[in-house]
Amino acid sequence: MKQNIKKSSAGKRGDTVRSDCYFEIELKNSGGIKINLKSKVDTMYGESIRQMILDMSEFFGLKDANILLDDNGALPFVLAARFELTVKRLFSDLKKEYLLPFNKKNLYSTKKDQLRRSRLYLPGNEPKFFVNAGLHSPDGIILDLEDSVSPSEKDAAQLIVRNALRSVDFYGAERMVRINQLPKGLDDLKFIVPNNVNVILVPKCESAEQIHKLEKEVDKLKKQYKVENPIYFMPIIESALGVIKAYEIASASKNNYALAIGLEDYTADIGTQRTNEGRESIFARQMLVNAAKAAGIQAIDTVFSDVGDMESLRQSVIESKSLGFEGKGCIHPRQIKVVHEAFAPTTDEIEKAKKIVLAFEEAEKKGLGVVSLGSKMIDPPVVKRAVKIINLALLNKQIGKDWRKK
Amino acid sequence: MKLVKNAAGRFVPKEVNGEVQIPFKGVDKYKPSRVKARSPIKSCIDYRSDGNKVLKDLKTALKKAGLKDGMTISTHHHLRNGDAVTNMLFDTIKAMGIKNIRWFPTASFPVHSHLIKYLEDGTIHHIEGSMNGPLGKFTSEGKMKGIGVLRSHGGRYQAIQDGEVHIDIAVILAPTADPFGNATGDRGKSACGLIGFALGDSEYADKVIIVTDNLIPFPCVPWQIQGNNVDFVVEVESLGDPKKIVSGTTEVTKSPDRLLIAEYVADFIEAAGIMKDGFSLQAGAGGTNLAFVLFLKEKMKAAGIKARFMRGGSTKYLVEMLEEGLTDYILDGQTFDLEGVRSMRENANHVNTSPFTSYNFHGKGNFASMVDTAVLGATEVDIKFNANVVTHSDGYLLHGIGGWQNCLYSKCTILAIPSFRDRIPVIVDRVTTLCGPGELIDVIITERGIAINPLRKDLLKAVKDSELPIKDIKQIKKEVDEICGGAPVKPKLNKEKVVAIVKWVDGTVLDSIYEKAK
Repeated sequence: MKQNIKKSSAGKRGDTVRSDCYFEIELKNSGGIKINLKSKVDTMYGESIRQMILDMSEFFGLKDANILLDDNGALPFVLAARFELTVKRLFSDLKKEYLLPFNKKNLYSTKKDQLRRSRLYLPGNEPKFFVNAGLHSPDGIILDLEDSVSPSEKDAAQLIVRNALRSVDFYGAERMVRINQLPKGLDDLKFIVPNNVNVILVPKCESAEQIHKLEKEVDKLKKQYKVENPIYFMPIIESALGVIKAYEIASASKNNYALAIGLEDYTADIGTQRTNEGRESIFARQMLVNAAKAAGIQAIDTVFSDVGDMESLRQSVIESKSLGFEGKGCIHPRQIKVVHEAFAPTTDEIEKAKKIVLAFEEAEKKGLGVVSLGSKMIDPPVVKRAVKIINLALLNKQIGKDWRKK
Repeated sequence: MKLVKNAAGRFVPKEVNGEVQIPFKGVDKYKPSRVKARSPIKSCIDYRSDGNKVLKDLKTALKKAGLKDGMTISTHHHLRNGDAVTNMLFDTIKAMGIKNIRWFPTASFPVHSHLIKYLEDGTIHHIEGSMNGPLGKFTSEGKMKGIGVLRSHGGRYQAIQDGEVHIDIAVILAPTADPFGNATGDRGKSACGLIGFALGDSEYADKVIIVTDNLIPFPCVPWQIQGNNVDFVVEVESLGDPKKIVSGTTEVTKSPDRLLIAEYVADFIEAAGIMKDGFSLQAGAGGTNLAFVLFLKEKMKAAGIKARFMRGGSTKYLVEMLEEGLTDYILDGQTFDLEGVRSMRENANHVNTSPFTSYNFHGKGNFASMVDTAVLGATEVDIKFNANVVTHSDGYLLHGIGGWQNCLYSKCTILAIPSFRDRIPVIVDRVTTLCGPGELIDVIITERGIAINPLRKDLLKAVKDSELPIKDIKQIKKEVDEICGGAPVKPKLNKEKVVAIVKWVDGTVLDSIYEKAK
């Protein structure tokens, strides 16, 4: 092993740190492994933490070292990631990975056309937010490696996110990771592709070529690690150029399932301010919806960043829905329920759709070419929209499977 | 020390601080048949006929009260962490050279860590009441001379009436008082709401001293403590820091997980049919408890439902319910914020209550058992629904019981708790310290699901068709243990040395707290 420095550290310490830890490793020439453990859970888990450190030291071939752990109740997946990083900061060419067992509850795949109303962003280096995120029932959880992670902690976030994908129960939410802007983001892939990521979010996307590069690298890794589950892409358009190229990007890969817009960067790019009314981004958003639909994929709206204002969030989602978007980004779990409610079809919409679908089914049964409801003829696209509303209402549990009988 | 196994399967001492103890015999299985404690006959001719009982300072009052070594002194926690007088009181006692005091507070706060030096030097022999934070740690480390006794608010009243604790001198802090000793907590610069926890002390103590920083001419009306029970009145510059008098736990939680728990609580109360016209509830402080009230409020408004009464500690959120007509009354045990204090002063339907009315085992009934639902917390619960509120999983004593044990008697007792804190599971095989028997705990609500006590078949039936995440408590425990990396190891305790005991509401000994092994 190539040894760069004698001493390294990783993780977080201090009075405000919770559910995280800090490691320091100092290499010695003799004396074996000496552990200096300060943990708020020493009584309950001290022995298992010491054993874990010894196991990991052996795994990485550490023989003589002073190891300091300042622990504020970090869960095992966090302890392991912080330790591995401390070792890797000592030996930069170390390839070995200390992998905890894969949580079998996380072995699910997702479908291209499933509900994606809400996606909850979690900063990739803040594991304390991970464990309970799925309990708030978002459609997707995004572990973010990009803007929420400081440049000096990118290596930390990669390991935390990798371990989280393996250990943390997502409770059925779609497992998403936002990688760094390409080409840097390609380095993130080996941490996520082998660990059953469902969706890769591609930030600041500006060309089909970027998606092609990503796809090539993902395919390579899938082969290498024998990954069989589908991995979808969600390019995020965040610039004037990206908006112009939206259709090209949306149709760049069969693995694209959605196109999303990020308005903070976009408004900066066109030299304006983001407002609540959003008139400055109306072109971009309509362009994005149109490009996504033309490519046959979902259109997903930006995040709503005022976590204290649920009423404005609701209005914003209603507007998104009217423009043709099917999902909204969330940065706080309390936003999820509001987003789901606002995207849900209204009672009126459902009642109308029921009548149309029933009339259509009746006409089909009778072999009629034309569907009519009362004195009105119903065009095929109207039927199509009604079916969509019924499906959404079913998914939202607003109606039961037996709705035809009621 | 000789320990015996009580009806809950816990080992408890037969004698504590030289006094014989009765081991817990089961819920509602013990009632003493003696005569209640009495205080000596007093005659008004021994007091000034002009009603002026004001003395120049605390030392004079303590001297006149006949302070001696080994006496029992009671204080009250109405000023919470803002209390400056209890520390001053013991500074005075120390200066007078008095030793071996049994301190009998209704609760202690971190501010009282000042008293650790008096526990060390023998001024205070031991504490009967609560040992919070630093005082609890001190006790757990086996450093207190005597054995601590933990009681609920109701249990404290019971102990006074039983004669288990005879108070020699009660020192009652009063934000407003008159020279005769009539006193109230709802006004004055140190207003804290009510001072009802001192009621029993004022009636049963040999000597009663009122300490106030707002002495007004007779009469102080309405009074919460009656001057006819008071011996002396002392005026001081300040009772403490008013900013800390209101509790720190009166803001609604921002934690998404706690909010989820609170939402489940409100959903459960609705789904179980508890929320109906004329119902009642008890809500304590603490972020989760405040939040469930807000969720419930929306449900009540939507359904057009009104409660008959709500029990505090009150906060601005309960006050809003009262003022918006969602409840007829607040029956308040203590007041947690200034809005609560204002409401109590101005609104006749915001009624002050005491541990006598609410919690006392020797009352002819009490309010706690009349409440439809009480939402409480806990440090640990176990798979038999037993709960702990005084120690943590590492074995340290850190909290008092408060009114918690008494509230367990509500018709539906809900513990609203996170399933783990940092890496520490809250649901365990067996609680470190037993404070509440599982048969009185009906529902445990965590962010990972809701567990209903199998004894409550009615509740299980009531919510079986709801969308609520009802789970077996063992299932929740299993999930949490997986997250935390296995079940937590039990703390190493010195089972030879009991440092404190937990009393049940009837005065029997429910469990022992042991010294942390060195």
